[in-house]
Order: sequence, then structure tokens, then C-alpha cells
Amino acid sequence: MDWYRVQALVVKEFLALLRNKASRMVLIGPPVIQLIVFSYAATFNLHNVPIAIYNEDAGGAARQLIARFQGSPYFSIGRMLKSGRRIKNIISDKKALLVLRIGPRFSRDLALHRTARVEVLVDGRNSNTGLIALSDVNAVIQAFSVHWAGTHGWRAAPAILVTRAWFNPNLRSRWFIVPGVVGLLTLVVALLVTGLSVAREREAGTFDQLLVTPLGPWEILLGKALPGFLIGGLEATLIIVVAILWFRVPFMGSVLALYLGLFLFLLAAIGVGLAISSASATQQQGLLGVFLFLVPAVILSGFATPIANMPLPVQYLTYLNPLRYFLVILRGVFLEGDGIAILWAQYIPLVAIGLVTMTIATWLFRRRLT
Amino acid sequence: MNRQRLRGLIRKEALQILRDPSSIAIAFVMPFVLLLLFGYGVSLDARHVPIALVAAHPTAQTSGLFSGFRQSPYFRPRTYADIVAARRALMRGRVDAIIWLRPDFTRKALGGGAAPVGVIANGVNANNARIIEGYIQGVWASWLAEQARERGQPLVVPVDVRSRVWFNPALRSHDYLVPGLIAVIMTLIGALLTALVVAREWERGTMEALMASPATIAEILVGKLVPYFFLGMGGMALSVVMAIVVFAVPLVGSLWVLFLCAALFLLTALGMGLLISTIARNQFVAGMIALVTTYLPAFILSGFIFDIHSMPWPIRILTHIIAARYFVSTLQTLFLAGDVWPVIAGNMAALAVIAVFFLVAVARISHKRLD
Repeated sequence: MDWYRVQALVVKEFLALLRNKASRMVLIGPPVIQLIVFSYAATFNLHNVPIAIYNEDAGGAARQLIARFQGSPYFSIGRMLKSGRRIKNIISDKKALLVLRIGPRFSRDLALHRTARVEVLVDGRNSNTGLIALSDVNAVIQAFSVHWAGTHGWRAAPAILVTRAWFNPNLRSRWFIVPGVVGLLTLVVALLVTGLSVAREREAGTFDQLLVTPLGPWEILLGKALPGFLIGGLEATLIIVVAILWFRVPFMGSVLALYLGLFLFLLAAIGVGLAISSASATQQQGLLGVFLFLVPAVILSGFATPIANMPLPVQYLTYLNPLRYFLVILRGVFLEGDGIAILWAQYIPLVAIGLVTMTIATWLFRRRLT
Repeated sequence: MNRQRLRGLIRKEALQILRDPSSIAIAFVMPFVLLLLFGYGVSLDARHVPIALVAAHPTAQTSGLFSGFRQSPYFRPRTYADIVAARRALMRGRVDAIIWLRPDFTRKALGGGAAPVGVIANGVNANNARIIEGYIQGVWASWLAEQARERGQPLVVPVDVRSRVWFNPALRSHDYLVPGLIAVIMTLIGALLTALVVAREWERGTMEALMASPATIAEILVGKLVPYFFLGMGGMALSVVMAIVVFAVPLVGSLWVLFLCAALFLLTALGMGLLISTIARNQFVAGMIALVTTYLPAFILSGFIFDIHSMPWPIRILTHIIAARYFVSTLQTLFLAGDVWPVIAGNMAALAVIAVFFLVAVARISHKRLD
């Protein structure tokens, strides 16, 4: 291995990537913008969801219940209905996500120490949002119920739930999503830098020239991979800093564990990118390959939907996905304070994926020539 | 517009598609594979959640409550001898939550009441934690009702919530995720189909040759759009058939409305691809921009999984320029609720505006560049 030769190749790769103003911009601008936009957008916590209330009760208890909804940050009460006829249209036209209906006997039942009923009608077109809204409604009514029982001398239930959440006491989904976005964007950058690097030269015919230089296949591999490590590492650092300083995601674990994970993840992602690139004859095929890898890799990583909910064969498939392991590392280091000792089981598969894909890439360099 | 020239151009593009199988692969193989993978892979319905059960003093009361967890399909409970062991299991990720009954649980439950049931959840995945808490509440509530029945005292709570979920009463997350996925996948495919193809023509200089021919910009654009439009509609039809047949999503609305909206949406996606490749004129840059502006925004900003109302207002405004937003809402409505015109008409108008904007922008930019 001749370092001088490798260094020359690395310089050439950087020039090819950064020479064009447009490609400089697409490499650096979008990841940061996307981190900000997606981190604000990707939340499962509801906020200001439009609801409508149909109150048939004239009593003070119903007013107290409504006041609790008015004070809740989850809901914004769009309209107070005068009759029940329009409930169906209001939900199907998406004017309100849910309608709360307080019956005419609500205050009277409560005054007589009888259970008062409240009806909630939810739009299930997005059933996850519907369920979250329903559980927020339940929480508001539960709080009202407990308060009412305490102040009006009702008998207490035999047992009550006392709930606590570890690592994320307020259950802010942003703390879960932002480290995920860090992993997602690092993968995108690493694939972009490496996924077309060989294919571009194949299409231009310069790859054959590269193969007849004194550079060995492993030196070519190193020359092609190093820019990915440098750009990927720098951009990941930038996004991590933004995640900590801007989004205030707590960073509980060790920096060393995070960077070991980042290095190994880049090894695996760059390996995949180079393997795709060396397998394709044109840039179009290379880009198609990057897409065909990236799209499932995002969905099957546990970024938005948990892997444990997937059917077993799909769960096995996720073991091939480097992003799956990196997300565990990121969330573990950020929120749970994990160190290297706990994360071994995540590092080893990344090394394996990296070595296998890099070997395939090197092997494909030569094979295409014949 | 000259009919004969236009026919010639369409024929040229169609031949190009037929001779390079990669466009056909994008239009048909990609939606098939992706929809299959996502349809089975994406689910927000938690099942068999591992939880730890800890009773400091096991009694008939505690085992009565625990048997509710054992019988629930949502949980896979494990019993731990003490809270220290359970906490360690939570720390290592072996369980997602702990149900902890302290030594005085039975005495309080039989006495004055309000005996605390300690629930400790791993909050890292906040959404999942909330879903699990909901399940735990369900088990707790039915145990309370059972206790009340056994003692012969009716359970009296001040307010009881009766909820009904419309359009998806079984709460199958598939039924809304699969229509949303069609929008995400078709955004990707529509833009990919045109983004790369035109960028390659610019890169190779054949676009300039086309422009130097007597054909006008409008004819060249229409010539490019028509064959890819039919290709994209083929992929769309395949996705809809898969949603109905493979994933058994009910189609409540009418097929012709679905077809009309799909056609409008495809125009926006193809137009976006054309615009990207016209601006970039370079396959690498066009590919990057297509990647950055189509797939992830369609996934995150369209309301497909994340609720748009809950986003901060600058992001909410931004979502209005994402065509997938309108298509996701249209598809979810058409599949689950039916032809609700107040929702669909607004979405169609927005899609039409975006499509016209993209196509006019493409025509303008191509024209200017050649001068």
C-alpha cells in the first residue's frame, strides 16, 4: 500500500466532488436544512389539534370540563356545535379530528353521584393520530374525574396507576426522532458521496485508466472511501452539534462510544455505496441502486415505526440494515447514557457489513473490466 | 403544436423507454417491491410487548391483576423477584415496561383504596411508550371492573368516556398506511422517471440537438410527458390493485375519482422531475436533488405518519408546497371514507396548481437557457 498514491487519488476524488458549485451545494446545504425541518415536523406529540364540542348540558360541571379542554395545549377548540346533525360532516370534511359530545344529563348525573357519560367521535383515517388524540382526551377527562372525585367526596377506586417514563420523562417524541434524523442524514450523505463515484468514472471511461495505473484494487478502494469518511464524519458532527445545541436533546453517554459507532456505520454505509457503484455501468443504474437500498433502509430501521411490530421474516431482513444498528447506538448514547461496553452487539454487525460490502466492491472493480 | 412532430417525439421517447429497461423497472418493479416490503414492514400496532411484573408481596389480589396482563395479546410478561432485577432488565432493553406492586398494595386495595400500581416505561420511543401505557390502562380498568363485580359494589367513577372511531373502527394501521405509502412511492417514482432521463440528455448534448430541431419547447415537453405518464399510471394501477387485493384495504370511494386524482398527482411528480433535471443538467446533481426533495419530504411532511396540525406553523406552511400532502389526504379519504368532495375538490385544485406551476417553470427555464 503506497500512501502517496492513495493521497493523490483522494485529492482527485475531492476535486471531482467539489469542483462543481451545484454538487458542492447539494452535499452541504440539504442535510442541515433537512435536520431542522424534519426534526420539527416529525413528532407524534399532538399540538393544537382541531376539535369540536357539542355540549347539551347547561350545568357548571360541563363548563368545567370544557375549560380543561380549552386549557390543554393538545387541542384547539374550533367550534361549539349547536346541534348533533353536523357532527358527521365536520369529521368527514376534516374540519375537526374529533368531536366531544357531552350529554344533557352530565351535570345532573355528577350531582347525584352517578357516572356521567361523555361520547368521543374520532376520525380514524389516520388511526395512529386518532389513537393519540383519544388518549390525550382520556388523560384530560381522567384528570377532571380524579379532581371531581376528590373534591366531591366520592369513594376512591381500589387501585390507581402511577406512571413514570425513564430516559424521556415527558415522552417527547422529538428526543426519539432527532437522533434518528442524525442517522438518516448520515446515511444519505455517505451514499451520495460514494454511490456514484465508480459509476461516474465507468460512464466517462476513466475507470479503465484508473485500473491500468500502478494503484492496486485496495488502494483504489481506499481512495474512493476516504472522501466519504471525511465528508460523512464532518457532516455527522455538524448535525450532532445542531441536535444538542439547537434541539436540546440530552446527551447522556460517551462521545467515544458515539464516534466509534459513527466510524463503523460509515464503514458499512460506504461499503454499501461502493458496492452499488461498482456493480453499475452507468450513473443512472448507480442512482437507482442507491434508491433501492436507501428507501427500504429508512423504513426498516426503526426510525419511525418499531422493528418489534414487524412480522418475523421482515425483522430478520432488518439485521442486514446498517442503519438499524446505528439508530440503537445514537438513541442509546443520547438518551440512555450507554457506553462502549453496552453497545458491543451493535458494533460487531456494522464491522461485518462493512467488511463484506468492501470486499464485494473490490472484487467488482476488476470483474467489470473483463 | 404540430400533430405530426408531436407524434414523432412521443414515438422517440417510447422507443427510448422500451430499449432501456431501467425505466420500466422503475415504474413496475419498484412499486411492487416497495409496497410489499413497506406494507408488511410498517406497522404501529404493538403486539407481544415484553413487560416485567414485580409483586413485592404476592397475594391473591396481585396475581388477579397480573393474570389480566398474562391473558392480554398485547403483552408478553415475565415475572421478576424484585424491582432491582426488573430495573436492570429495563436498562438492558429486555423489557419495555415494569408493573410494580409495592408490599402494601393488598392492604391498601382492600382497605381505603387508591393503592398505587407503579408503571415504569422506557420512554426512549415516546410514541410506543404511550401506546403501551394505553394498553396497561386497559388491563387496569378491566381489573377494577372485575373487582367491583366480585365485591358486589358497582364501580362508580365520575366520568366514563365512550369513544367511537369512524372510517377505521378496527384501528388497523395498515388501512391508512398503505394508501399513504402509495403516495410516497409514486412521488419517488414519478420524479425519478423524468429527473434522470432529461438530465442525461443535457449531459450528452442530445437535448440541445432536440432544441435545434423545428420542434417547439411545448412539443418536446409534451413528447416527454406522455410516454412517462402512461408508464407511471401503470405503476399506480399496480399499487392500487395491490392495496386492495394483497393488503385488503377497503376502497369505499369510487374508482374514477381515484383515477382522476392519481393522474393529477402524477403530473406534479413528473413535472417536478422535469424541473429538477432542467435546472441541474447533470445526472449527479439531478439525482441528489431528486433524493433530497422527493422521498424524505413525502415521507415526513405529507401527513403520511406525522400529523400536520401538530407541526410548528413555518413547517405547516412549507407542507403546502409538497404535492404528496394532498395526495395522501385524498387517498386516505377515498379508501376509507368515500368521495368526500369538500376534502377531495380542495386537494385536486392544489394538485392542479402545483402541476401547472412545474410545467410552466420547466418551459420557461428551458427556453431561457437555449438563448
